[in-house]
Amino acid sequence: MEMNNKRKNCRPRKISRRGFIQGTALGLASLAIPVGSADASVWEAFFQKHFREMNDDEKKAVIKRMEKEYSERYGRDLTIKTTNAEPGVLFGYGLDLSRCIGCRRCVYACVRENNQSRDPQIHWISVLEFEKGEKWINDLEGSDKYYNPDEVPEDGFFYMPVQCQQCENPPCVRACPTQATWKEPDGIVVIDYNWCIGCRYCMAACPYGARRFNWGHPRIARSELNTETHYLGNRPRSVGVVEKCTFCIQRTRGENGRYPACVEICPVGARKFGNLLDPDSEIRYIIENKRVFRLKEDLNTFPKFYYFFAT
Amino acid sequence: MYMRPILILAFLVVTGGFFGSAIADDGIPRFFVPPPPFSEGIFPCSQCHEGMPANHERRELSFHSEIDESFNHAKEQRWCLDCHNANDRDKLRSVSGQLITFEESYFLCGQCHGTIFRDWKAGVHGKRTGEWNGKRTYRLCVHCHNPHSPRFKPLKPLPPPLKPNEIQHRKLNDDEIPLNPIGDIR
Ligand code: HEC
Ligand code: HEC
Ligand code: HEC
Ligand code: HEC
Repeated sequence: MEMNNKRKNCRPRKISRRGFIQGTALGLASLAIPVGSADASVWEAFFQKHFREMNDDEKKAVIKRMEKEYSERYGRDLTIKTTNAEPGVLFGYGLDLSRCIGCRRCVYACVRENNQSRDPQIHWISVLEFEKGEKWINDLEGSDKYYNPDEVPEDGFFYMPVQCQQCENPPCVRACPTQATWKEPDGIVVIDYNWCIGCRYCMAACPYGARRFNWGHPRIARSELNTETHYLGNRPRSVGVVEKCTFCIQRTRGENGRYPACVEICPVGARKFGNLLDPDSEIRYIIENKRVFRLKEDLNTFPKFYYFFAT
Repeated sequence: MYMRPILILAFLVVTGGFFGSAIADDGIPRFFVPPPPFSEGIFPCSQCHEGMPANHERRELSFHSEIDESFNHAKEQRWCLDCHNANDRDKLRSVSGQLITFEESYFLCGQCHGTIFRDWKAGVHGKRTGEWNGKRTYRLCVHCHNPHSPRFKPLKPLPPPLKPNEIQHRKLNDDEIPLNPIGDIR
């Protein structure tokens, strides 16, 4: 496997990627960059600053370089936004378990919107089926995600979609040795794919199984590529990096923030989204008026993903 | 009467941007919704019903028979003209006799389903699309519930995920490209 050399070199220490590279000697760089393909832009990419340390001009330069590279590869114009978090916004999500019927429309809407690899298959959302009456809330093991009847809902079962819970206290962030993943001011936990070294410590640390690893080269048909992207969200990924739900950062951020794709596709209207700091938002209405719970509350991860029962 | 876009705009200004809905001249908020999901060609109803005498009698219908046959909405207590307006068939009619347009059929449903209607107005029952912090569109109750047999219909689920042993990690073909340029150096 290509990522093996990186995995071996991964240390659970808090160091920057640059320090990390120096620490493991230049041997790694010469190992990783095949002779011949080392043109200027590859080197630029390799020595790119951490996203949070870049100023606006530096971001612009990086985006320009990437847009050019992506567009050449795909023969399609692609935009990469770097829209920042809005002050006064903390995103929250609600999912109505009394309505969800397990139809998986959300899974595939997410794949399309967020450019997940079709082959090998990557899904950011897993829909779990539980037998009614089972002790289930803290034991996701008792569930089935491969159910496939002719029609849903099936009698005697209920459904619980799981995706990144956008923890306020995210264990995945603490586990990352290169600070390639962090929590933004609007609460979204993001990944810089250029900094991810594929060690997958974050995946081991996530109690919700919400992170996905690109074991193989991700593949998408050219025509299906969503060309409206965000640097920290749905821009194309590569083999050997981790990815996950970002509340559709490319849609939800900015002045005319749209609902995430999963919210809009849901045929039963079970998915809700909004600003936790806005007392008039639908997510606040839910928290104040409905029975809500969060997954594995005892772990003190403080998810901003609220499951609720409207009835 | 329902509002034309220009009026809606005016109300938005007056109410200081009450997104997703607007206060009409009668002081009741109206919501932005897509057009009602009529079958093609059925509306306006007056194209046939104009001048046709209304028949309040509960009976087997020779027309709209699919509605009559599938009708299953508190059917012991109710019949067509409890919701449809007898004299002007292009309108619905509330229990208290007020006329309601099809664009605002949620007022009709809301009379009997008050709690759900409250949740719907708060964006919790039903669905909104558009901008979470700006202009958004609600779905009418009848976009999801057939008013004549309102139970939500089951759906065919999309395919389950592949099991780990079904996912293949084949090598890149010559004509395929990795998604990320950085992929080249890995
Ligand atoms: C609970 C109230 C209610 C009752 C009772 C009711 N309807 Fe309706 N009906 C509606 C509403 C609301 C709509 C509008 C649906 C839409 O917006 O597409 C509608 C739509 C229709 C339509 C247009 C359907 C289409 O294909 O687009 C017809 C025809 C109709 N009703 C006939 C009847 C007949 C006949 C009966 C009696 C058997 C009846 N309705 C009973 C509420 C009712
Ligand atoms: C193509 C003509 C046509 C159109 C369009 C049409 N109807 Fe009718 N409708 C009829 C006929 C004919 C009957 C009488 C059937 C019978 O008596 O057996 C009828 C009966 C009804 C009845 C039963 C009560 C009564 O007065 O007999 C209702 C309610 C009704 N229609 C509602 C609607 C609504 C609502 C619409 C529009 C959404 C609509 N119809 C559009 C032809 C039409
Ligand atoms: C006049 C009162 C009345 C009005 C108006 C009314 N309903 Fe109902 N509805 C009832 C009653 C009573 C029941 C429960 C009895 C039944 O299920 O038949 C019910 C049941 C339902 C159910 C549950 C059905 C099930 O089988 O689970 C839905 C959904 C529903 N209504 C939707 C609507 C919608 C949508 C409208 C507007 C088009 C509407 N109702 C208008 C009285 C009303
Ligand atoms: C986005 C789709 C959607 C919209 C819009 C919607 N509903 Fe529902 N509704 C559902 C689903 C799904 C259920 C649960 C399944 C069922 O019981 O039929 C439900 C259940 C219900 C029930 C049964 C009681 C309960 O709580 O389960 C009633 C009554 C009802 N809805 C009324 C309404 C009314 C009134 C409106 C408009 C104000 C409305 N619905 C709008 C999807 C919708």
